Amino acid sequence: MSETPTVAEQAAPPPPDGSPSDEGRPDRQPLAFMLTHQSGVVIVVALIIALAVGALLIRLQGVAPLFAYETLIKQALFVPDGLTRTLQKTAPLVLTGLAVVLPLRVGLFNIGGQGQLIFGAMFGAWVAYAAGGYGILGAVLGMVAGIVAGAFVGWIAGVLKATRGVHEVITTIMLNYIAAGVTWWLVTGPLQAESSKTSGIPQTELIPESAQVGAVAKIPIGFVIAVVLAVACWWMLSRSTLGFRFNTVGANKHAARYAGINISRIVTLSMVLGGGLAGLAGALEAEGTLYRFEPAVGGTLGFDGITIALLARANPLATIPAAFLVGVLRTGAAGLQFETGIAPEVVDVLLATILLMVSIPVLGKWIFRSRADKVSAASTSWGN
Amino acid sequence: MTTAWIAKNRTTLIVTVVVLVAAYVFYYAKNGIAPSMYTSAWGYAIPLVLAALVGVIGERSGVVNIGIEGQMLVAAFAGFFASAYSGSLLVGVLAGIGSGLILGGFLAWTTVKWRMDQIIAGVVLNIVATGITSFYYTPGKQLPGLMPSFDVPLLSRIPLIGDVFFTGTSIFATLAILAALAVHFGLFHTRWGLRTRSVGEYPSAADTAGINVLRLRLVNVTLAGSLAGCAGVYLSMDASSSFERNMVAGRGFLALAIMIMGAWRPLRAFVMAIFFGFINAVASQLQQSGNFDVPPQLTGTLPFVVTIIVLAIAAGRVRAPGAVGQPYIKGDE
Repeated sequence: MSETPTVAEQAAPPPPDGSPSDEGRPDRQPLAFMLTHQSGVVIVVALIIALAVGALLIRLQGVAPLFAYETLIKQALFVPDGLTRTLQKTAPLVLTGLAVVLPLRVGLFNIGGQGQLIFGAMFGAWVAYAAGGYGILGAVLGMVAGIVAGAFVGWIAGVLKATRGVHEVITTIMLNYIAAGVTWWLVTGPLQAESSKTSGIPQTELIPESAQVGAVAKIPIGFVIAVVLAVACWWMLSRSTLGFRFNTVGANKHAARYAGINISRIVTLSMVLGGGLAGLAGALEAEGTLYRFEPAVGGTLGFDGITIALLARANPLATIPAAFLVGVLRTGAAGLQFETGIAPEVVDVLLATILLMVSIPVLGKWIFRSRADKVSAASTSWGN
Repeated sequence: MTTAWIAKNRTTLIVTVVVLVAAYVFYYAKNGIAPSMYTSAWGYAIPLVLAALVGVIGERSGVVNIGIEGQMLVAAFAGFFASAYSGSLLVGVLAGIGSGLILGGFLAWTTVKWRMDQIIAGVVLNIVATGITSFYYTPGKQLPGLMPSFDVPLLSRIPLIGDVFFTGTSIFATLAILAALAVHFGLFHTRWGLRTRSVGEYPSAADTAGINVLRLRLVNVTLAGSLAGCAGVYLSMDASSSFERNMVAGRGFLALAIMIMGAWRPLRAFVMAIFFGFINAVASQLQQSGNFDVPPQLTGTLPFVVTIIVLAIAAGRVRAPGAVGQPYIKGDE
């Protein structure tokens, strides 16, 4: 990662003379390449298979699958305020999806969305409460605080990867647990709401109504922000110099180094931006849904971001429909439990199946009967 | 030969002797470390040892296994509920190990045969494990009994070591020690080990030498799943005799970090796991003693903070197997 080769690089067996290195080979392309060149048909097939697997689970619980799916869709979209709630749920999902997409373009796998989000939620809620007297300014300050807090968590992983070569998957997972512990301490200690101290409920003070992020004409403001940022990320990646650097580092590190790109800086920056987006997702959840911080604020948002990013084939614009799909499933699942008693975790199984299907290179091969499958290597060696 | 061996392992030997002497001194010193700390450290280390061995076997053969967490969770779930419903501990243990094998096989098949990205395969495994175990979780079940405990003859009479490792011990504790020794011997002193390491370092060379790369990877990753199964069963049936949602709580990921710190060597990973056990024991001791005003929520994050710090120091000094993370395609190079 750094300019001088690490021990691992030096000790790795040199490629045989005349043969290009791994990066140059078409079927050894990084994950980002595979995802951006995957056919949309694969995604449709993945959805169908996932729904079939979910149907089986629902059937085993003694509920008719079609009825269950109908209830789910109805609850998510067609009950009063259903769509607003779904969009409210979609907003942080778009952002956690983008939090995975940006580092993925550089070749990093950010599975720390959960920790970055919960940190952002904590500080977003705190600042929005403290600055609540200033109205909209308070709300904005809360979001900025969320971005900074999330970016800080992302920065730790990014800088360790760039300077010390510590694999980001390990650090982001560890940071998830650390962020959970630190925020849990804050919310049961220094930042606990006065009214909750006697009852012991872990929550912060309620954000004043003037600093809450609500909805305009039934469209949540958070959703608008998320869509704008998705477009901004798309523009950045496809139209700006920075995006060109991101894609170059992700596609071929050696070429990027020859081109004079500061790889360490790009790697760190991608994690900082990703962390900031996840942090903003947390701040929006705190300011727009719960109006305070609670340890359960993250839910599964961070991990859903991984599914969304891969489903969106690392394309920022595609995170919007992907997040909407996940938002519908998650919102509907809550209503589904109310109506039929099916545990909402069935959605986890659905999403995991989708994730599995879209990331199997063979699926593309089966469908097209060609060597269309692209092998990925997001999981490069731990050492470098 | 002996002197050469000593020279080669000088640092390791010195560290081992220093640690052992320190352990004995603190054990027998007045106001030293309470004996319960040693036992609690080892208790925390047992699943970490088993899980780290899963990682070592997988990565030595060239497959990253980030799904250990999920394998352990499902095994803990399967073991607990199988024995709760059947009324037999043995059935539970077998179910746990079996589920570990199945998930190991799943990971092996998707990554080796289908060449799926190994990290994503592991992430999928973890999400499925969390979803399935929460979906089918039913509260209020109980184990039919406690896991049997026993003293290992002779060895349990050694001061300190015997007290901690061999007195009132369970099959899983013994298994963790035996498995670490066996994997070490297997990796570095048998034909299987040489082949496994070559497949993980330079698969095309191994292929040229006539080793079936894909089959060896498949078999290794699948069989390693049984150890993850044991680690999971230990958590729900031996260490706690109850199943809770997400009860593995990051141990599967800690095990991966331990594997890296142990430089992909089973015995060093064993020592690192015990080191982590000690960190955890110290953390809970701090919590109980009340001498230090450290909130318990923060002491709980200590193992994870230490992991990041140690990795930041260790990275660059240790070397991963050459072909880790890369699927092997015959005739590609």
